[in-house]
Amino acid sequence: MEKAISKKVYVWQMPVRLYHWVNALVVVTLAVTGYLIGKPPALTSGSEASFGYWFGTVRFVHFVAAFVFFFNFLFRIYWGFVGNKHADWKNFIPYKKEQWKEIFQVLKIDILQVSNVKLKSVGHNSMAGFTYFLTFLAFLFQSITGFGMYSAMSDAFLPNLFSWIVPLMGGDFAVRQWHHVMMWFFVIFAIIHVYLVFYHDYVEGRGTISSMAGGWKFIEKE
Amino acid sequence: MEQKPLTIYENMQLRGYSRRDFLKFASWLAAFIGIEASGVGNIVRAMENKPRLPVVWFHFQECTCCSESFIRSSHPIVSDIILDKISLDYTETLQAAAGKQAEEALNETMKKYRGEYLMLVEGSIPTDDDGIYCCIGGRSALDIVKEAASGAKAIVAWGSCASNGCIQSSKPNPTGATPIHKIISGVPIINVPGCPPIGEVMAGTIVHLLAFDRIPQLDGLGRPKAFYSRRVHDTCYRRPNYDAGLFVESFDDENAKRGYCLYKMGCRGPVTYNSCGVIKWNNGVSYPIQSGHGCIGCSEANFWDNGPFYQHLASFPGFGIETTADTIGVVVGAATVAGIAAHAVSTNIKKCKMINQAINDTNSSTEKEEVKK
Ligand code: HEM
Ligand code: SF4
Repeated sequence: MEKAISKKVYVWQMPVRLYHWVNALVVVTLAVTGYLIGKPPALTSGSEASFGYWFGTVRFVHFVAAFVFFFNFLFRIYWGFVGNKHADWKNFIPYKKEQWKEIFQVLKIDILQVSNVKLKSVGHNSMAGFTYFLTFLAFLFQSITGFGMYSAMSDAFLPNLFSWIVPLMGGDFAVRQWHHVMMWFFVIFAIIHVYLVFYHDYVEGRGTISSMAGGWKFIEKE
Repeated sequence: MEQKPLTIYENMQLRGYSRRDFLKFASWLAAFIGIEASGVGNIVRAMENKPRLPVVWFHFQECTCCSESFIRSSHPIVSDIILDKISLDYTETLQAAAGKQAEEALNETMKKYRGEYLMLVEGSIPTDDDGIYCCIGGRSALDIVKEAASGAKAIVAWGSCASNGCIQSSKPNPTGATPIHKIISGVPIINVPGCPPIGEVMAGTIVHLLAFDRIPQLDGLGRPKAFYSRRVHDTCYRRPNYDAGLFVESFDDENAKRGYCLYKMGCRGPVTYNSCGVIKWNNGVSYPIQSGHGCIGCSEANFWDNGPFYQHLASFPGFGIETTADTIGVVVGAATVAGIAAHAVSTNIKKCKMINQAINDTNSSTEKEEVKK
């Protein structure tokens, strides 16, 4: 076992961290409220409609969270162009040979559980970056289908930018169905994501978990 | 002998309708088309002055429920005048002529009024195997539609068959049934979906064309906005129950009796664009939701394939009838958690070994150092 002496690096800037936690909060909110919208429990029975509005409230929360989610997402894209090198959009798309090399290294660490390689990247490793790219595509899909559905009940400008998805997918039913299916992507993603963060922190000892709070990681001195 | 064709009003007079009947009819129509009261005059003037618009009405892969709905449209003048007397030059189900005579009538209209006649189509068009699955007078529906469309001023696709394929085009679509707008281009097409469409909606669409000589405002799917811009859900009288989270849990429960929302019984109101909640059916008597059954979304494309009707989400193809996305999601989620658990255990075993080894290493090196001393 090599004896590593750590060096502190500032990786996640404040806006990135803020984005991350806002996103975590609203995605959980969206998944929970979305699930309730798809499968409302039989909460109140024997009551009159004029006494309650809980389902309307659940939908309202979904929509508010949706708007926050959408603008937060746009903000992150913007930050991918103006933020530091760890936040740069280029980290998310494996277009260089090195990135593919690192993807295989990460797979080795994660699946074969050999951790003798030290990853070159300090921010997202290439595998994580690529996964987040897929996640961004899922964000985009949820936003388009969500606002597409929303446009039926709104004359506002923003939702109606997405109304084209409804005829494209063959009707609201299909849009709703796929919007619902995609929720599961987020659930599965969240499970794996949280686990892998702990795992990498555990085997690499670089402070992956706390980095999203304070921004600093600890890497080995050469 | 060429004589000036009669106007709608003149035809009505011949049928014995009074001026009063005529004006009432005009305001009834205005209400349905959704124009304000001041627009009634335009309709009156149009019907007084415009000569009849020649109309041909085709029947292909269909069940004639659209025609049935149309002739039951609540105003007698609609069926009496528009359909029976004034305009219809060709329609297989209602015309007196048959065989050769009927085909001649059609040909004559198409020749004489080229570019002027209105073409109404009920039914989808089979396109597989050269369209042999629907032939009339020895010609395929595909041929007939293409020829007729080339001289039509506008096409109205009646019902879900003609506007989105309906049951004939549901999986596996053995005849290659295709809606009109996927076959014809270059002619304005108005889709009036529904299985069947509401009679008043059909009448409203036709009269708009007859009276204004203009295509009504259409939405992204080619449907008249006046009738299809809102979802059944948006005009549903059970909507307060939806917002309050009061749902029917099974068709024979107390909640069903109370008239709670049918969302959990698979109601397609939230994803269906139609006027059922407003115009209703059978002269405004009722509509499915009012009768205690969820909307099945009959005016939406693929509604047969989006089943089962009594489930909120469709089943997943290849996973059995009752499997929705949630069931699959739960299984995948559980598998993920199990995988992670296994992974975590093996990580720990490895890590323990590593730690032990590291401790041993340091121990042995200190021992060595001690020995050196
Ligand atoms: C992480 C992102 C999101 C998730 C996981 C999510 C999840 C869901 C789920 C599961 C449903 C229920 C579908 C059903 O079975 O009926 C739903 C409904 C809906 N979502 Fe989302 N959603 C997300 C983002 C959005 C966004 C960005 C919008 C944009 C406005 C949106 C708008 C809607 C709308 C309009 C409905 C239909 C609600 C109704 O009409 O009652 N969603 N969502
Ligand atoms: S019964 Fe159907 S259309 Fe009516 S409020 Fe409930 S879900 Fe909407």
